[in-house]
Amino acid sequence: MTIREVMKLVDGEVLVGADRLDTPVDTACGSDLMSDVLAFVKDKTVLITGLINPHVVRTSEMLDITCIVFSRGKKPSEEILEMADEIGITVLSSPLTTYTACGELYLHGLPGTKPKKTAPEGA
Amino acid sequence: MAVILEKNFPVEAGAFTTAGEASTTIKRTLKQLGVNAEVLRHVSVACYEVELNLVIHSLGGTLTLLVDPEKVTLISKDVGPGIPDIDMAMTEGFSTASDEARTLGFGAGMGLPNMKRNATEFDIQSEVGVGTTITMSFALT
Repeated sequence: MTIREVMKLVDGEVLVGADRLDTPVDTACGSDLMSDVLAFVKDKTVLITGLINPHVVRTSEMLDITCIVFSRGKKPSEEILEMADEIGITVLSSPLTTYTACGELYLHGLPGTKPKKTAPEGA
Repeated sequence: MAVILEKNFPVEAGAFTTAGEASTTIKRTLKQLGVNAEVLRHVSVACYEVELNLVIHSLGGTLTLLVDPEKVTLISKDVGPGIPDIDMAMTEGFSTASDEARTLGFGAGMGLPNMKRNATEFDIQSEVGVGTTITMSFALT
């Protein structure tokens, strides 16, 4: 799947990275917990999140995440967008909730990232 | 083994806004040195986790990057407060993080175990009232 197809499926608005829409993505991860994202994401991944702060972009940079979808119509600050653009991360804003955005992508063949190990009780 | 590169990054306690800047610089530096993408991702994740730990839990410290032809080494050394029970701290899900850290999406008690998982070699030494030193190495070959 390409970021362009992701954009269509989540009814996304491109906030930065309009020139990178043909980049391929292999997996997706939906989470507001960056600790979890850091624990199991691999490259060519789309991150769907409702969390808006610079650490979403920093976490994505560390993991080579290529596309971030902010759910429920959320739009981060210009500063955050510039940070993402500089690194080469495409940022979309989707009117869908995180659950529905993930569901649409999964339904159309984009699998989830597999955790190396299941989190223990209480984590 | 001859050290190719050594860099120190001071990390301030509680500096949530700038947290991650050292990791960003380290990742870019290693990329320029031609470290392969897979190794680079392991180093980056562990580095970001350890830098966040310095910001969230320590009273301040320094992150040191060492590169030699065989491995990348990261050393995190802080000035306290020290970890009373390392086994407990290494348990997934155990966390003493503040609400501020949790609001940012961290503090799930995954940091130390995730560092250990990503590093080729992982060592943690801590003394209450003195500080904590974490040494991680990542094989390049």
